[in-house]
Amino acid sequence: MIWASWSDFFSMGGYGFYVWGSYLVSVACIAGEIALVFNRKRTLLKHLSLIHESTKQEKRNETTS
Amino acid sequence: MSLWVIQRDLLLAIRRRADVLTTLFFFIIVVSLFPLGVGPEINILRTMAPGVVWVAALLASMLSLGRMFSSDYLDGTLEQMLLSPQSLAMLVLGKALAHWLVTGVPLVLMSPVLGIQYDLSADALLVLTASLLLGTPVLSLIGAIGAALTLGLRGGGVLVSLLVLPLYIPVLIFGAGAVEASAAGLGAGAHLSLLGAFLLASLVLAPWATAVSLRISME
Amino acid sequence: MAINWFKYSSPASFYFLAGKMIPLFSIAATILFAAGLYIGFFVAPTDFQQGEAYRIIFIHVPAAWMSMFLYVMMAIWAGIGLAFNTRLSSMMATAIAPTGAMFTFLALWTGALWGKPMWGTWWVWDARLTSELILLFLYIGFMSLQAAIDDPRRADKAGAVIALVGVVNIPIIYFSVKWWNTLHQGATVSVTQSPKMATTMLTGMLIMSIACWMYAIAVILIRTRTIILERERHTAWVGELRGVAQ
Repeated sequence: MIWASWSDFFSMGGYGFYVWGSYLVSVACIAGEIALVFNRKRTLLKHLSLIHESTKQEKRNETTS
Repeated sequence: MSLWVIQRDLLLAIRRRADVLTTLFFFIIVVSLFPLGVGPEINILRTMAPGVVWVAALLASMLSLGRMFSSDYLDGTLEQMLLSPQSLAMLVLGKALAHWLVTGVPLVLMSPVLGIQYDLSADALLVLTASLLLGTPVLSLIGAIGAALTLGLRGGGVLVSLLVLPLYIPVLIFGAGAVEASAAGLGAGAHLSLLGAFLLASLVLAPWATAVSLRISME
Repeated sequence: MAINWFKYSSPASFYFLAGKMIPLFSIAATILFAAGLYIGFFVAPTDFQQGEAYRIIFIHVPAAWMSMFLYVMMAIWAGIGLAFNTRLSSMMATAIAPTGAMFTFLALWTGALWGKPMWGTWWVWDARLTSELILLFLYIGFMSLQAAIDDPRRADKAGAVIALVGVVNIPIIYFSVKWWNTLHQGATVSVTQSPKMATTMLTGMLIMSIACWMYAIAVILIRTRTIILERERHTAWVGELRGVAQ
């Protein structure tokens, strides 16, 4: 464990701002992207199920014909 | 075959002379704007000149890319071209060279005059014109790919610039670099030969890629 | 027994295959990220020349590698989609673009933040940073072209052309920027990220790269599944699926 204390860890030898700045943005980007992908999937499923509900009858005709 | 296309396009261009002049005036205005922005200090202007002239040439040729296929697309001649037994790549090569003759050549002829505005030395002007002569056809050829891809899209003009500008960067670097190298006494041989290489490569590859893109856009 | 690879090339069967693979990759990604960060921050020694700032390398280099690797993968999938007219490969290419653009942005951001303490300025017209910026423009060009075209088939093919033209240009751009950079600054600023390379630093970086790779695969597969659903909404199997999904 090369860090004397947690505060030493966060100061990162004076470069804390830069190191944590880049890591925070990286975590934000990755989390953001995951959120975006799931959001896109959820809205799509909601949208599809709406279509599914409203056109249930027509959908059945379409698949049977 | 592409000679027929070039001749036809030149004929069309002469009839709509305004299009030719707008690109040229855009080039002149942009090049003359920079000294107003940067200040009349001659030394700065001289070092800036090649970059400014080249960026202006880039933007001017890109502005007129949209028109390369759109008029034919709207009145249906593009479909005839696709259906014709002639190889589409040759037709596209003709159109790109016609676009170059209409937009590129006036810029090349105009650049020495504008170079004087920036107090460039005689041989720097010569190298600038030579680099533009080699570079502008590459701009038209690569631009043809972008124009073909964004045919008939809304907001196509902006999209073409977004697609094509990254691909123009090597031409810009070596074009402006040629003048700077000759000014620094290193001689512009290397840069001009590289520009020549880009020209040959794009002469071969770009029409084929544009033909593929046209077929995709016209499906 | 010849495995019938083409079974998975149809969107329907790929959808379920991807469904099974995503948890695997996401778990692998989380484990590797944790291990990489632990090594990066707690095991790797302080760099005698750059102090602690060099620890940004653990995210900067993997992100840069991923941005280039993903662009090449995108071009390959787009090329296959164009050549063999397989819808699924074009969907993969469309799915890769956002993740690739994200990694390029990350590489630029962490590069700038690392440049500040080391070179004193946020942005240096260094050959690598500049070509990374141009790579970001290529990604944005690809995504905006695909967004501008409504018909998915044409969007796929048009995107494929611009991706292939882009991938042909990447080496040209890289070398011309390298040449341009040396011309301007005389001798290139020798960017020694850090003296190569204490073993723990290297292992930390490699683990982080693999973690980024796993993460990228997981996110791309999820996005591909969403695209499959978007484009196959009228097919029967999506119909049943939705029946099940409620």
